[in-house]
Amino acid sequence: MEKTLTLPSHITTEKLKDLYKQMWLIRYFDEKVDQFFAKGMIHGTTHLCVGQEASAAGAIAALQDKDKITSTHRGHGHCIAKGAETDRMMAELFGRETGYCKGKGGSMHIADLEKGNLGANGIVGGGIPLAVGAALTSKMKKEGYVVLCFFGDGASNEGSFHESLNLASVWDLPVVFVCENNQYGMSGPVKEMVNIENIAERAGSYGIPGKAVDGNDMVEIINTVYDAVENARSGNGPSLIEMKTYRWKGHSKSDAKKYRTREEEKEWREKDPIQRFKEVLIEEDILTEEQAKNLQEEAKQEIDDAVKFAENSPEPSTDTLLEDVYA
Amino acid sequence: MREITYLEAVREAMSQEMRKNDDVFILGEDIGVYGGAFGVTRGMIEEFGPERIRNTPISEAAIAGGAVGAALTGMRPILELQFSDFITIAMDQIVNQAAKLRYMYGGKGSVPMVLRTPAGSGTGAAAQHSQSLEAWVAHIPGLKVVQPSTAYDAKGLLKAAIDDENPVIFYEHKLLYKTKGDVPEEQYSIPIGKADIKREGKDVTVVATSIMVHKALEAAEELEKEGIDVEVIDPRTLVPLDEETIVNSVKKTGRLIVVHEAVKRGGFGGEIASVIAESEAFDYLDSPIKRLGGLPIPIPYNPNLEKAAVPQVPDIIDAVKETVRFK
Repeated sequence: MEKTLTLPSHITTEKLKDLYKQMWLIRYFDEKVDQFFAKGMIHGTTHLCVGQEASAAGAIAALQDKDKITSTHRGHGHCIAKGAETDRMMAELFGRETGYCKGKGGSMHIADLEKGNLGANGIVGGGIPLAVGAALTSKMKKEGYVVLCFFGDGASNEGSFHESLNLASVWDLPVVFVCENNQYGMSGPVKEMVNIENIAERAGSYGIPGKAVDGNDMVEIINTVYDAVENARSGNGPSLIEMKTYRWKGHSKSDAKKYRTREEEKEWREKDPIQRFKEVLIEEDILTEEQAKNLQEEAKQEIDDAVKFAENSPEPSTDTLLEDVYA
Repeated sequence: MREITYLEAVREAMSQEMRKNDDVFILGEDIGVYGGAFGVTRGMIEEFGPERIRNTPISEAAIAGGAVGAALTGMRPILELQFSDFITIAMDQIVNQAAKLRYMYGGKGSVPMVLRTPAGSGTGAAAQHSQSLEAWVAHIPGLKVVQPSTAYDAKGLLKAAIDDENPVIFYEHKLLYKTKGDVPEEQYSIPIGKADIKREGKDVTVVATSIMVHKALEAAEELEKEGIDVEVIDPRTLVPLDEETIVNSVKKTGRLIVVHEAVKRGGFGGEIASVIAESEAFDYLDSPIKRLGGLPIPIPYNPNLEKAAVPQVPDIIDAVKETVRFK
């Protein structure tokens, strides 16, 4: 069979296998979290990215290690893809001392600065200006990194989105804006909230390139983001990429999903990004069914271990309450 | 010693630090060749160039967030907000991002930025360009709040603010820009969190902030003629607040008046009065605590109305007399 897969050179066969496993890590992580919330074992709230694994894993695969990301309230996938340890993530959701934020941040505030993850964000559109600022540092200090800025379709109606695209454009900053269009801002269908076909078109208003891609297609995502990132790294400024995808679960933990039909959900489940990526890898002789199954099993095991780590971790002491307000 | 204006002191603090530290830069609207709305950055773009004196679009959310993101990644930005009223448009980035990132992230990262902004009435700019909103930011854990009243304090406190690892809101007063004072030519730092006794006295303590320090000193001179010895304390920084200096003064005088330009209701004067009410100084009080603040109205345009909206010297004199005569 003729091989047709064209990818950036750093995406090796090994990397592709890792990515396949990573997508399962993301899915199992959020499935587990979903179960724990349903059982009342975790308090607070959370936003799950099941069904959107490709936009996190694919986009971040296009980066170099020194590149940075800003994430969103639906950020577990970005976090895992940028190299976070799933046990410390799970511990954070359990509110434990060993969590990424020592139990003070929870689902919406995990950051991993050493790995270049500047943090999830509980404010819709709140992280977009931060990405611009981080890109400014890269430019002023000549650090050579690019910032990948994730946000959703809902955030594209925030002022911070428009101000940030304009600012990044006039300053020619190395930032790539990634809009994960999962079709709904909480209950608001994108078709009712945005009066254009593609959010990517908004790039034109700011004099930067914009492109809409299939957000469940790993190969297309990796290639598109890679080109945008390397273009930004070369000093050619920012761009906007829209990834059309779908969140399988509700907005957060209590969501009856009255705003959409079960038929629509079924249609999107048939476009499962993990299944599609597996088919590509098998077709390209990169994976066998057996290997794919093993990788999936390894991911499941890692998440099970993460849960054990979290459950066995201590609660933070109230003595730590006043710590870390100021540096 | 050499005399310069408050405005020149602010500029000198920035220029001297920028000559030493490449990580320090300024961003803001019209701060380039225009020199800033009040002329604070005049001449700086000629010395430091447009990379470090960054003229921005009118996008308060993006430039505030840009400063936060740059600070989080290793720069030390100074953000000039043209009027302090415009903090309303930058509030998410200041309150939800800058102030909270470190705590939310479990003690990782810091946001060493200064937000400089002119506040106060007296210029005829009316309701949307004359407010004193410092109590808003003083309420937010994670921010520091500075309000210098003299050229000397402005220079030393700004140096300390730039050196600080935390976000500092630095309130300048428009009517103080042209006031002169003795200011050393060399760099020096005034610790954030240290009040200054601007005038020693034994009969009554007047705690005044920003421009009200000068009005309180003028009132004290008048009152001296009548044999009333007023102590004037300038907290200089609201967060952290030097409670000890205020408590000790009230223990000595037995009387407290708090004066600020901000609207009295919900103003920071209530916090200072409460600090005394809760402290050992309470037992030393010989008369009720008095608060003077702005009337609960938007700042009006007509000069007579504008003046009458905020405390003036005769108001302070009357308040002191009433307090001293209380039996």
